[in-house]
Amino acid sequence: MTDTILTANFRKQFSGGPEIVVDELRIGAGITVLFGASGSGKTTVLRCLAGLEIPDVGEIKFGGEVWFQKNGNVFAPPQRRHIGFVPQDYALFPHLTVAGNVGYGLNDLPAAERAPRIAETLQWLGLAGLEERLPRELSGGQQQRVALARAVVRRPKLLLLDEPLAALDTPTRLRLRGELRQLLRQLGIPTILVTHDQLEALALGNDVVVLHAGRNVQHGAAQEVFSRPGNLAVAEITAFETIQPGVVLETRDGLATVAVGDARLIALAEDLPIDAREVYVCIRAEDVILARPDSAPSSPRNHLAATVRAVVREGPLMRVNLDCGFPLTALLTRPACEELGLHEGLRLVALVKAPQVHLIPFTR
Amino acid sequence: MSGAEWQLVGFSLRMAFASLLLILPFGLALAWCLARKDWRGKALVETLVSLPLVLPPVVTGLVLLQIFGRRGPVGSWLHNTFNCDVVFTWRAVVIALAAMSLPLFVRAARTAFEEVDVKFEQLARTLGAGEWRVFFTITLPLAKRGVLAGTLLAFARALGEFGATIMVAGNIPGRTTTLPVAIYQAVENGEDAHAWMLAGVSAVIAFAAVFVSENLQRRRK
Repeated sequence: MTDTILTANFRKQFSGGPEIVVDELRIGAGITVLFGASGSGKTTVLRCLAGLEIPDVGEIKFGGEVWFQKNGNVFAPPQRRHIGFVPQDYALFPHLTVAGNVGYGLNDLPAAERAPRIAETLQWLGLAGLEERLPRELSGGQQQRVALARAVVRRPKLLLLDEPLAALDTPTRLRLRGELRQLLRQLGIPTILVTHDQLEALALGNDVVVLHAGRNVQHGAAQEVFSRPGNLAVAEITAFETIQPGVVLETRDGLATVAVGDARLIALAEDLPIDAREVYVCIRAEDVILARPDSAPSSPRNHLAATVRAVVREGPLMRVNLDCGFPLTALLTRPACEELGLHEGLRLVALVKAPQVHLIPFTR
Repeated sequence: MSGAEWQLVGFSLRMAFASLLLILPFGLALAWCLARKDWRGKALVETLVSLPLVLPPVVTGLVLLQIFGRRGPVGSWLHNTFNCDVVFTWRAVVIALAAMSLPLFVRAARTAFEEVDVKFEQLARTLGAGEWRVFFTITLPLAKRGVLAGTLLAFARALGEFGATIMVAGNIPGRTTTLPVAIYQAVENGEDAHAWMLAGVSAVIAFAAVFVSENLQRRRK
């Protein structure tokens, strides 16, 4: 983690709602993802950092500034925080054109500098030529980029994004996920991004802060947090139990061959940038099929020799930790486990269909 | 129409416009405070502003007469400080029209402000805009239709005002007489043709104002 630029310690409760408790949150200069299920308080935390909500108690400090301090009676309103904020629905001003929206925050700049700055930002985001359009005349992806342009054109000290891709349809979302990562990296502005999508968190963030029931329960490097959940709460909201670094060996006919340790996996390469080499390989435990080594041929492309390391009961299901040259987790029903006669040390074949192996370009 | 009739219509229009100038800044500020802020005494102010809608207009006129009369609290101050008299002058006409049409304007503007999603105002603040800039570049433009509709309604109401006007401004031909007062006078004098002519003019102006106002409010939805 880089040096801390933002520290937050606060509580916030809406009447009738759950209490949000942010305890010793320290955020570095890279891209930090606030990850949690819906209702975990992610958006409230983000809005408190933006100054759009006032915490009940506590303090928020950014750089050398105090943004909020209950005891000192300090509250910096949003207009004094010099942030860029992109809400989930973008909130583009419906009565202003693209240029009007993007230029709104440049009021302090001399008029002569404003136009080139707007043009440069629109160019950079591939929005050139849309200057005179109204927000309702744009596609979802274009609206998302206009909202980003409006937030970054002022060169804010901190960028806050609330579910930046959630309002988009799935194909657009997958396409923009890679694009957004690229843009955020080029910007180099400290960014806090809220998402409930684990793959998005992996793709976009250096650091992940997990929020559960209104509390920040775990904080660390993205892969670390997801592959080693600090407690059951984190494990429960983690959809992809297996996250391993891998290297793309080749891409052919829309399929990628990835080396994970000594194992080779086949995955769909559709949403993978052509130049991606290092990736996270993500597999849901319920997508892993186990079979006897001598079983007949089957359709899944990935056949991995596996050894059972541990079997843990989890409600009606059994969590099976396997070693296939890398740790792999499978989730089976109990009758299935009994039929296979699962026990520690048993050798099996783990089967995974290629579309269920998700590849996220690796970023550092 | 005769020259005197044209003059009467012109005077009435000028008075209605002047009352709008009085209402707009005050009414917009009040409507915004009612729509966006919570404060002590809000319910009381809401009631007071709406009161002229239901009170007999002559009662409103009587109250204004008390306040702005030479011995009233505001009237005596104006007289002593600026040597300016209100009652039975064109100024009294403007004040009476403003008091009577303010409720219509404030109600329409308040609803229009309430219909503007606060998320746009909040976003403007994150982009560095202070309260004034947010109001004039976001809230007001987005509430434009409703505010304009309210302005037209207030204008139409002002043109038709009779009771309060006659109490504070009286009926001084060429100085305080407005269209409705002139119509009443004409009927009193048995000049039916004259009365109908003026009534026709009133109806045309009122129809146009309400027609445009309704269209503005409908297209908003």
